Amino acid sequence: MKFNGFRHLREGAKGLVRNGWMTFASVSAVTVTLLLVGIFAMLMFNVNKISDNVEKDVEIQVFVEREADQTKIDSVGDSLKQLPGVASVRYSSKEEELDRFKEQLGEGSEAYRSVEKDNPLHDRYIVKATSPKETETLANSIEKMENIDSVEYGKAYVKKMFNFLEGVRIGGIILIVGLTFMAMFLISNTIKVTIFSRRREIEIMRLVGAKNGFIRAPFFVEGLLMGILGAIIPIAVVYFGYEASYNVIQPQLATINEGIFSLIPPGQLSLEVVLILLGLGAFIGVWGSTTSLGRFLKI
Amino acid sequence: MIKMQRISKIYPNGVTALREVDLTIDQGEFVYIVGPSGAGKSTFMKMMYREEKPTSGSFLFKGIEVGKLKNRQIPELRRQIGVIFQDFKLLPSLTVYENVAFALEVVGEDKSQIRQKVLEVLDLVKLKHKERNYPDELSGGEQQRISIARAIVNRPSLVIADEPTGNLDPDTAWEIMEVFEEIYRRGTTVVMATHNRDIVNKMRHRVLAIDGGKIVRDEEKGMYGYEV
Repeated sequence: MKFNGFRHLREGAKGLVRNGWMTFASVSAVTVTLLLVGIFAMLMFNVNKISDNVEKDVEIQVFVEREADQTKIDSVGDSLKQLPGVASVRYSSKEEELDRFKEQLGEGSEAYRSVEKDNPLHDRYIVKATSPKETETLANSIEKMENIDSVEYGKAYVKKMFNFLEGVRIGGIILIVGLTFMAMFLISNTIKVTIFSRRREIEIMRLVGAKNGFIRAPFFVEGLLMGILGAIIPIAVVYFGYEASYNVIQPQLATINEGIFSLIPPGQLSLEVVLILLGLGAFIGVWGSTTSLGRFLKI
Repeated sequence: MIKMQRISKIYPNGVTALREVDLTIDQGEFVYIVGPSGAGKSTFMKMMYREEKPTSGSFLFKGIEVGKLKNRQIPELRRQIGVIFQDFKLLPSLTVYENVAFALEVVGEDKSQIRQKVLEVLDLVKLKHKERNYPDELSGGEQQRISIARAIVNRPSLVIADEPTGNLDPDTAWEIMEVFEEIYRRGTTVVMATHNRDIVNKMRHRVLAIDGGKIVRDEEKGMYGYEV
């Protein structure tokens, strides 16, 4: 079997040039799609990492009833440790709580000297769940235990954030899927025009017994080239853009809350996203041309 | 070479193009297919190079059941068959030489073989001196000779021609028939659909008359005509 790669490449490239503006529109559609995919992917990877960090940080604050004496307080601690799904339990007495409270107030704490005699604060246990997802269930079961005044965890804040991120994720995926289909549609249309303008050639190839794969190959190549051409700008933007934004934003984020909002360093991540974009571009191109081939080539 | 048994073709829209056709064509025969427009000639021709599939019946080409060929096996069949049309179907952007060479290139023939084979057939159709011209620069008869050259360059054992002289004036038609005679003399089977009474009556060969999807007459060295 002869190697026809160069012939197919040449014919495919000819198709690109011949369809000028249609090629341009298709490539632009791929570019816009992949640009969004790239930016979105970068955001999502970082958001996932940050939300992982935040999730791992979720603690349950267990406030013991003020009336409870030391034995009851200790027994609460013991039963907390025995609960399934508990990773760690830390104790902070109400005296320690008050000290910390005063520390936070600084100078102003003089005004609260009076409360020292009758400490209004609770003894507190800080419980960490083994899995962040268990936090809510765990908190609910702790609430039902005896001698507990109240249980708190960052549920409102955490839930809000997760809901928001989930919304962003779903919205982004819908947008990208829509754009992907539009890009495929445009490519498939361009290929349709190529097939049409070469229908006589195709007819003769079929008549003289050219193999189906041989007839299809140039169109396949044309679609693939459109997909790959469309990936060039997004790849450059993602690769250099991420590094630049990382260098600007990261130094500020690193100072917040022990770096809980830190971004993923570029390098490995950029490389992965670049490969995703290249693959997706090629996929869009090949898929777009294949749908046209199936419908208009009748082979 | 060709053996049809009870071949019928009914199109999806309900039109019956062929009704239980029985036919045998031997290697090296020259067969005219005559009949009025819409009689089923074209369907009959298309079935031979597997552009259409029979609805029922058996069609053997060199012992192979053509109707049962898988899509990927069709190219192999078509390499053994040369097809010629009334409208030449040449590629206007290619030269005469390139048009003929195209048929070899797309089936993966070696470059070294292509030149030799193309010049050989251009010589046969007497157009070697026009190899660098484009089809638009040639007369209708010359264009048809190029399309014949393209059909036979791969040395098929069967040549199918669908009204090859339909677009040509009588003198040119005779020139074209000379080429077909030459192909036939070299041992290639020729099946030709035609409306040209003059040619059929003077250049005597087997005549198959088709009307209403049936073979109404099958005569060695027959005359033109499809009346029963």
